[in-house]
Amino acid sequence: MTYSHLGQNLNMITFLSVIGQSVIANLTKTGRGTLFLKQTLSCTFSVLCHPRLIIKQLFSVGVLTVLIITISGLFVGMVLGLQGYYILSDFGAEETLGVMIAASLVRELGPVVSALLFAGRAGSSLTAEIGLMKATEQLAGMEMMAVDPIQRIICPRFLAGCLSMPLLAAIFSMVGVLGGQLVGVTLLGVDEGAFWSQMQSNIDFYDDILNGVIKSLVFGFVITWISLFEGYDAIPTAEGVSRATTRTVVYSSFAILGMDFILTALMFGDI
Amino acid sequence: MEENNTQHPSLVTIRNLSFSRGQRIIFDNTSLDIQHGKITAIMGPSGSGKTTLLKLIGGQLSPSHGTISVDGLNINQLSRSELYTLRKKMGMLFQSGALLTDLNVFDNVAYPIREHTALPETIIRTLVLMKLQAVGLRGARHLSPNELSGGMARRVALARAIALDPMMVMYDEPFTGQDPISMGVLIKLIKTLNDSVGLTSIIVSHDVQETAAIADYIYIMSSGKIIGQGTPQELKHSKSDWVQQFMNGQPDGPVKFHYSSDNYFDDL
Repeated sequence: MTYSHLGQNLNMITFLSVIGQSVIANLTKTGRGTLFLKQTLSCTFSVLCHPRLIIKQLFSVGVLTVLIITISGLFVGMVLGLQGYYILSDFGAEETLGVMIAASLVRELGPVVSALLFAGRAGSSLTAEIGLMKATEQLAGMEMMAVDPIQRIICPRFLAGCLSMPLLAAIFSMVGVLGGQLVGVTLLGVDEGAFWSQMQSNIDFYDDILNGVIKSLVFGFVITWISLFEGYDAIPTAEGVSRATTRTVVYSSFAILGMDFILTALMFGDI
Repeated sequence: MEENNTQHPSLVTIRNLSFSRGQRIIFDNTSLDIQHGKITAIMGPSGSGKTTLLKLIGGQLSPSHGTISVDGLNINQLSRSELYTLRKKMGMLFQSGALLTDLNVFDNVAYPIREHTALPETIIRTLVLMKLQAVGLRGARHLSPNELSGGMARRVALARAIALDPMMVMYDEPFTGQDPISMGVLIKLIKTLNDSVGLTSIIVSHDVQETAAIADYIYIMSSGKIIGQGTPQELKHSKSDWVQQFMNGQPDGPVKFHYSSDNYFDDL
């Protein structure tokens, strides 16, 4: 065997070894994440017995996210109103503008855009908070005080995230519809009665609204899980927490968009 | 050299402890005893595994080999609930203080009491103020942790560590960052707590003179081994070069100042 062949074989072995290590590391992390979720879920009942813990987190995770959700929802609804009007008016169907705006919002844009905003605003904040608590030994300190940090710190935030997300998506959709009405009815002159009545008769509670709520529940579960686990699993240094926060936003965004496709296919498609 | 300190009943018994982080060996077949009701100091150069030892005793880390018994219970064979029950009897003062940053000084000290007892708020208030008075920070009870200096944060953490009147307190560098007045008060406080309440204290510290002044027994560690042990007087007169170098803070000796590396000039 020549030296060049030997070198190629070594490069191939190194390449395979790097891939193998990466696969093992990712599988190990997935396993840690699953165990973390199991521990978190096992504390749910005891945390529900202390509602004050959840209420406090509902404020920081949910209430503080309302402003960004409301403003974004308003602008998304206004853009939908504009675009929808220009397209529908070509076909003389501008009276169905309300249906188009509401269906787009409750089925897709409400859950998805509010989830992306939630991941950026609340998810990154959760990761940074937990990561810094780890870096400053607060979690270890609780352990040494015989207080389970999963029960006292993680689980209340997890439940707050899961509860907040559907409510935030509902606020997003509601404000979006109002934004669409503002542009479509008030500015562009679509008939107000047609706008609301078409919406009322064509939007189905189970097919549209409930499916949107289910989507936002799933997104809330996944985003909060990723955010809390990344913080809990972060390397306890400034750089480690910074990287974990970035991973939260990236992984959450991928998860939201990927799961949206799967959920849409299951709910509305024939796949 | 690892003759154990067994004249009194031991609260903590460590036998043949081995522990590594990656390729780096922190403990290599180490055995030691912490006597009941005594102040035992663990001393040694930076990176010799003193804080790791406290984490092993507290069950936050698991040894790769050997046993650690606290109050007759093998720490690594306990269930989570048994470990938590034992930890209620152990206080730990972290190097960083580890105060909960969303709570003020008062609530930090009250935290373990509120978590583990059903005492009325008036009694909790009295208990917390007594603990804060002992560390000289009763007047700082409304401050938040980010308003405290490092030394003050460590004193609050000490008040929290003794909040549940534990049987044993582990102090990780309690004297770091303390001004001379606070240092004197803290030394006296640790000694008084130990003698009057019957606590068992484990102090991890670099401050040789201060620690030797109150310790009943000292272990000196380096490179995963116990290189010296005895009462402060015994160590003061020890013939071991290792012990003399550490007790007198000499730069040259068997314990190297530099982390192991290649030749300096070759490296440049």
